[in-house]
Order: sequence, then C-alpha cells, then structure tokens
Amino acid sequence: MISAYIPIAIFVVVATGFAIFTLVFTSLIHPEKYNKVKLEPYECGIEPATDARDRYSIRYYLIAMLFVIFDVETVFMFPWAVIFDQLLLFGLIEMMVFIFILVVGYYYAWQKGALEWV
Amino acid sequence: MGEAIAFYTLAAFILGFAVLVITTKDTVHSVLFLVLDFLFVAALYVMLNAPFLAAIQVLVYAGGIVVLYLFVVMLVNLKRLPEAFQDPNRHGRIGLILSVAVLLELAAIAALGVGSVAPVRTAARALPVTGNTEQVGWMLYTSYLIPFEIASMLLLVAMIGAIVLAKREL
Repeated sequence: MISAYIPIAIFVVVATGFAIFTLVFTSLIHPEKYNKVKLEPYECGIEPATDARDRYSIRYYLIAMLFVIFDVETVFMFPWAVIFDQLLLFGLIEMMVFIFILVVGYYYAWQKGALEWV
Repeated sequence: MGEAIAFYTLAAFILGFAVLVITTKDTVHSVLFLVLDFLFVAALYVMLNAPFLAAIQVLVYAGGIVVLYLFVVMLVNLKRLPEAFQDPNRHGRIGLILSVAVLLELAAIAALGVGSVAPVRTAARALPVTGNTEQVGWMLYTSYLIPFEIASMLLLVAMIGAIVLAKREL
C-alpha cells in the first residue's frame, strides 16, 4: 500500500534536492561581479518597464475561473470513466445530463465573448 | 505508532504553513505558502487511504484554485501604503472574543465528543468494485446521483457568475 508512494517520495526528494543544490552550488562558485543591468529582473530579454506588482486585467481572472470550472468537470469524469463498463447506459445518460448542463454554460460563455481575448 | 508520528509531522507542517499564510507581509508569498499547505493536506489524504482525493487535492486545489487566488491578488491594488489598509470600523475586541469562543467550542467538541463519535460506515465493503477511485465513482454515480447532477448546476452558476462579474458589457 504505502510502497506505491515510494516513487513519488523519490521524485519529491530529487526535485527539492535539485533546487537546493543548484542554489547552493552556484552561490559557491559564481564570481562576485555585479552591475546595474545584471541586477535587473530578467524578463525574457525585454527591459522591465514597470513594477511586478502591477494590476492585471480582469480577463486573466475570467480565463482562470473558466479553467477551474472545466477542471472540476473533468475531475467528475475520472471516477465515472473507471467504472463505465459497470454503469453501462445508466452511467452514459447521467454523464450526458451533467455535460449538457455545462455545455449550456459553455454556450453562454461563447456567446458573451468570454473566450475571446480582445 | 509510526502512523501517529507521520500524522503529527504532517499536522505540524500544515499548521506551520497556515500560520505563514496569514503572517507573511507579501500577499503573493502567502498564496505560495497556501500551495505548500494544500500539498501537505494531500499527503494527509494519502494517509487516510484516499489516494483519489489526494490526487484531486493536488490537481484542483494546488493547481487550479490557487491560480484563481493569485489572479485575485494581482487584480487588487497592492501599491497602497500600509495605512490605507487600516479599517477604522474594525472591531478587534469583538473578533477576539468570538474567536476565543469558537476555539473553546472546538476544544469542548474534541475533549467531550471523542468517545461518542459513531464509527465510520464501512459501506465500501458492500460495493461491487475495488480500488479507491472505482469506489468513489460507484458511490457518486449510484447513491449520490442527485448531488452529482446538482454539482453541475453549481458549476454552471459559477461560470455565469464569473462572466457577469468580469465582462464589462454583456
């Protein structure tokens, strides 16, 4: 039972260990030469114009909200899919009802332009 | 014994990160501590033999909900001076009394109610399927069919509510 989680534990240890190792190792070997450009935050090569704590557009929130809703919808499909062969037609119909109600919301989002960026 | 040690270690991490969430000055940092907190709660679910719930905790809470939190933090104007966040109508004393009352209530439940808790129904044994995810599915799609369908209505309301709130013109 618990042995099934040993790969996950190894993964966690390696991931955090690599992060800590990289930070410690580079801090040991790097040369101590700084200038203004070097200390600026790296933003894909573009010069940072404003502070990172600027206010974001509400569109990001809308997209994130829609993502979470469809995420949760998918979560309901996992336990349904693993026993689909036992639920048969009954299971298919109840999932159809579930998805239909959400498709109504999807249609609404589409009609209101919530999925468009501009 | 080993289980108790694991539980109390996890509980200590969960409480520690929860304290960090509410004490860090930077709101973005406190959201990131919340991610760590959710991950340790997922480990707690693993201990309770609920791996499906643990996976969902990581996928939906640590992955999805926190993104939402981050966006809400970023939507708020964080550049105001600390004085701007002082609320003159804040009732610190009433809040303290209420929170102490709730704490005492919870302590009383924990102290007096331990023996009287009904044992968890082992309905899972009667199910025709094995495996945690299969059992969750079987319960959800037979006994709890109506709540499952109502959940879709809840998601629909959340979706429409978000669009109505966030779109400037409908």
